[in-house]
Amino acid sequence: MAAAPDISMLTLYEKYRDIIEKGSSPQVNAERQKAVEAFNRLGIPSNKKEAYKYTNLQPWFKPELNPVLTNKGFEGNITEIFKCDVDTIDSHTIFIVNGHYQNGSNGSVLPDGVLVGSFTQLSKEHPKIVETYFGKNAPAQEDGLVALNTMCAVDGVFIYIPKNKVVEQPIQIVNLLSGEEDTLVFQRNLIVAEEGAQARILFCDHTLTSNRFVVNSVTEGFVNPLANVDFYNIQNQHNGTVQFGGYYFNQEAQSVLNANYFTLNTGTTRNNIFMRLNGSHAESHLSGLYLTDKNQHVDNFTFIHHAVPDCQSNELFKGVMDDSSTGAFTGRILVSPDAQRTNAYQSNNNLLLTETAKMNTRPQLEIYADDVKCSHGATVGQLDDNALFYLRARGISKDEALILLMYAFAYEVIEKIKVPALKEQIRELVEKRFRGELDKCDSCIICNQLADKFQELAK
Amino acid sequence: MLKIRNLHAKIDDKEILRGISLDVKPGEIHAIMGPNGSGKSTLAAVLTGNEAFEVSEGSVEFSGKDLLEMAPEDRAREGLFLSFQYPVEIPGVSMTNFMRTAINEQRKYRGLEPLSASEFLKLMRDRKNLVEIDSDLTNRSVNEGFSGGEKKKNEIFQMAMLDPKLAILDETDSGLDIDALRVVANGVNKLRRADNATIVITHYQRLLDYIQPDYVHVLYKGRIVKSAGKELALELEEKGYDWIKKEFEE
Amino acid sequence: MATDQDRLLEEVTNREYQYGFYTDIEMDMFSKGLSEDTIRAISEKKNEPAFMLEFRLDAYRKWLKMESPDWAHLKIPAIDYQDIIYYAAPKPKPKLNSLDEVDPELKATFDKLGIPLDEQKVLAGVAVDAVIDSVSVKTTFRETLAERGIIFCSISEAIREYPDLVKQYLGSVVPVGDNYFAALNSAVFSDGSFVYIPKGVRCPMELSTYFRINARDTGQFERTLIVAEDDSYVSYLEGCTAPMRDENQLHAAVVEIVAFERAEVKYSTVQNWYPGDKEGKGGIYNFVTKRGICKGDYSKISWTQVETGSAITWKYPSCVLMGDHSVGEFYSVALTNNYQQADTGTKMIHLGKNTKSLIVSKGISAGKSQNSYRGLVRVSKKADNARNFSQCDSLLLGDKCGAHTFPYLEINNSTAKVEHEATTSKIGEDQIFYCNQRGISTEDAVGLIVNGYVKEVINQLPMEFAVEAQKLLQISLEGSVG
Repeated sequence: MAAAPDISMLTLYEKYRDIIEKGSSPQVNAERQKAVEAFNRLGIPSNKKEAYKYTNLQPWFKPELNPVLTNKGFEGNITEIFKCDVDTIDSHTIFIVNGHYQNGSNGSVLPDGVLVGSFTQLSKEHPKIVETYFGKNAPAQEDGLVALNTMCAVDGVFIYIPKNKVVEQPIQIVNLLSGEEDTLVFQRNLIVAEEGAQARILFCDHTLTSNRFVVNSVTEGFVNPLANVDFYNIQNQHNGTVQFGGYYFNQEAQSVLNANYFTLNTGTTRNNIFMRLNGSHAESHLSGLYLTDKNQHVDNFTFIHHAVPDCQSNELFKGVMDDSSTGAFTGRILVSPDAQRTNAYQSNNNLLLTETAKMNTRPQLEIYADDVKCSHGATVGQLDDNALFYLRARGISKDEALILLMYAFAYEVIEKIKVPALKEQIRELVEKRFRGELDKCDSCIICNQLADKFQELAK
Repeated sequence: MLKIRNLHAKIDDKEILRGISLDVKPGEIHAIMGPNGSGKSTLAAVLTGNEAFEVSEGSVEFSGKDLLEMAPEDRAREGLFLSFQYPVEIPGVSMTNFMRTAINEQRKYRGLEPLSASEFLKLMRDRKNLVEIDSDLTNRSVNEGFSGGEKKKNEIFQMAMLDPKLAILDETDSGLDIDALRVVANGVNKLRRADNATIVITHYQRLLDYIQPDYVHVLYKGRIVKSAGKELALELEEKGYDWIKKEFEE
Repeated sequence: MATDQDRLLEEVTNREYQYGFYTDIEMDMFSKGLSEDTIRAISEKKNEPAFMLEFRLDAYRKWLKMESPDWAHLKIPAIDYQDIIYYAAPKPKPKLNSLDEVDPELKATFDKLGIPLDEQKVLAGVAVDAVIDSVSVKTTFRETLAERGIIFCSISEAIREYPDLVKQYLGSVVPVGDNYFAALNSAVFSDGSFVYIPKGVRCPMELSTYFRINARDTGQFERTLIVAEDDSYVSYLEGCTAPMRDENQLHAAVVEIVAFERAEVKYSTVQNWYPGDKEGKGGIYNFVTKRGICKGDYSKISWTQVETGSAITWKYPSCVLMGDHSVGEFYSVALTNNYQQADTGTKMIHLGKNTKSLIVSKGISAGKSQNSYRGLVRVSKKADNARNFSQCDSLLLGDKCGAHTFPYLEINNSTAKVEHEATTSKIGEDQIFYCNQRGISTEDAVGLIVNGYVKEVINQLPMEFAVEAQKLLQISLEGSVG
């Protein structure tokens, strides 16, 4: 007697259908049609669905929100106005505002054949790439939120690294949210690293204005044979943000993927992080750090699928929950029949700092092959009293000692960052976060300036 | 410098210290010996403010202040140092960051400006040389992956850095090879001045061959049952603790 | 080597179930089907007081509105609840001399199962309640126990003779509408055991119930209730078997335990229902709700289970840790072979302060079976200083089976320390080789290694049963090589 799915978003789609489809490529629109059917069947998942047990997103996706379905453009030089938290790294930076790519935000020159730009535009220009990859990884037929994204998303970032190309500079995508009323944002990203390609990609998520944002962002990533991709997501949004981030990666033989997720500030975040190891001797390293306070809620739902033999995966997620915040973690590892000689390790450690903070964790192993080494561990606890006393016995104040220990707890995740400048930045951000100095966004003043600029432009 | 009067302390309603009185004056070295479970380490823990123990009676004065009223960090800032029997591993906190925080917190407490990075590094170098510690140890996380000997040397290095008025060495000699023992003892002896003092807690006489105590106290069942000069340590080494046990069995 | 392994695996799959015989006895049976009338008839047959009929009907009405749970990692074929016989009992033979005497045929049946019903023959220090299909046929050592005020009898007798106790506690731990199978059980349960240990009494012997399904097309719905008053102690064991049949039979039991201050209850199960044949045909559906409540401070409930039988197992013996300083334990070995499916584990619900729980689960999967651990550790807001440690290991024997781990950790109190660890692997080839090199056959080596692997759990069983359980595992594992 399953309740009828909530399909109020369909009304929204029907209303704006022409606008949504107008700019998109025929292939993208074809997937859109399939997604409409799927969404009609699935709706937005409530917490009655096992996978969404700890996060109910249903109440947030409401037609009253103001959807941003066209590129409203941006006048002026965004790079000069906005400086991200992670501004000291020498990167190729582009800006996405409310899910739409901003022209002229290209920084440096990329190697020949490397494409980094608007999903809308590049998907029309490169139908072959779209045909091969788009919609192949994101489960629009199974997950209502992915169906919704496929149905409504128009733009986002399109990254293509051709065979054996090495992009030295990190590619940084600054995702900005800005609006005057409660805003609904869809974003669709496609990342393809062809055989032997190498790239480091960084997504920074920020809010510029104080209204509510509901975000549905889906990223598909393809890491082809021998390719090597580092992916970083740094989320630093205000407490009125509700974000569904779906990240669906496919890895082919001997590829390496490092994916790192840092949630420093948010309202409600649900990340779906899926990795399919689809070629032998592929390696996946997935890590995450979530620091929550006030009434924040962060739910990382990760799924590593060992579909073929001889692959390795390593997963580490750590969380610190303060005030009345809640954390959730699901770590599903699936080893398919015949995926022999799989090595899969997973660990989830959590600190609860207050009486009202909560944590739910579900590490799951689902194993259908016998020659495997798999393990998972999960802990929920507090800081070590002995360590705290040791620090205090050296004259370090209790508060300072707590910060040191929290930082030490988080360090294991930070250590995994491979870009030294980025590591240093994150390290500082995390420390500031623990000191309570990172209330909204490290670049608050700059954010505000930018917000003012927006106001000005609006006039 | 330190005045302990009739100190009683318990853990989970079990009384461990049952009336200890002790005076330590500047320039002195006291050794506290006793069989296992006599309360030696508890005394160290209570003096430094470990909250696992509850003081039920008695007083402790340190440099004229009521020690028992102070938070552990303030006791440290007043110049009380404990070389832990089991130094705690703190992964992710580098020794440098740890020591710098400790030093500057102490300086702040004493109304001094924080040390600049270069001053601090110079101090680190100095003290490392003084206690003959490998520079490698200070590049790692606090005690993480250190061998038993390295941990104890690291304690002495921290003592050299913080320059305490009163240092308590809790079983610093246990599990040390002769080389590490020598390093630890040399460190202690080099840091010895007329205005500081040391309490050496130990089960064996061995460490006292290197660090000459002025007084030796025997702790048994939570009380000091015998106090004498350093010759008492030799006597204990020779006769073991059994005669003490016999003499003071209740 | 590979062909050797195949051959050995083949041998395991062909292993016969040694308890698969059927006893031809005259039975008193209802016709198939379930309705309020069926329930009234059961209650009447058992001469139950009115409150029991109400209890049953309430459960039945709740059940009608419920749906069969689908969250487990199991493929459960649709069950036609109208195609089941809800009451079957051996017909009493009038020519017996005393009330205490058991039909010789039934006695022979239990003898064959290794459960002698003569008190002088019984394993020393074990009292047995023997249940066949819907009724209890004999409870041994009742008088000996009664001397200490201990009540050990069938639940049917308890309902008649101690209605106040039953009324107070039945359904107090597992409410009638708790879940689909528990509701069904509450409506139609026919027999089971009742244990009451008075204040300050340490039960001098192991108490044990032996459940036997014999009749065809019947469902077995037994109900067990254990009440341990302040400062009491009891160790209880259940065993079970069924004949080999091509069709599936349903077993939906409920066990409730109440432990008061400083009371300790140890509940052990060696579950060996017919698992179905090597093609996965037949076998028992074992859908069981077991739950204990540590009501008093410093009370302790410990579950130990060795699960080797049943076609499908759906079972989560749980502890509600309500009293301060109460302790819950769960030790489990679950072995699946051929087409068996098991989804089993525990729930530890921490409500009181300073409560502790320990979970040790060892899964062994062979053949084409699917074996899942599912467990919940919940620390409620007020449960200060709760501690839990869980260790869930899975061992895979063969590449066609599955081993899965689904723990849920829900922590709502910051003073909690909860740790979960799980590993999945096959038996190390190096370990087997090492044994081979010392002259031990591969088969024996597997046995040795598996025995070592489950030791921590087996050690929790009372000694006689530990030996039985070990044998049972050995038989089930004969020849399986990783």
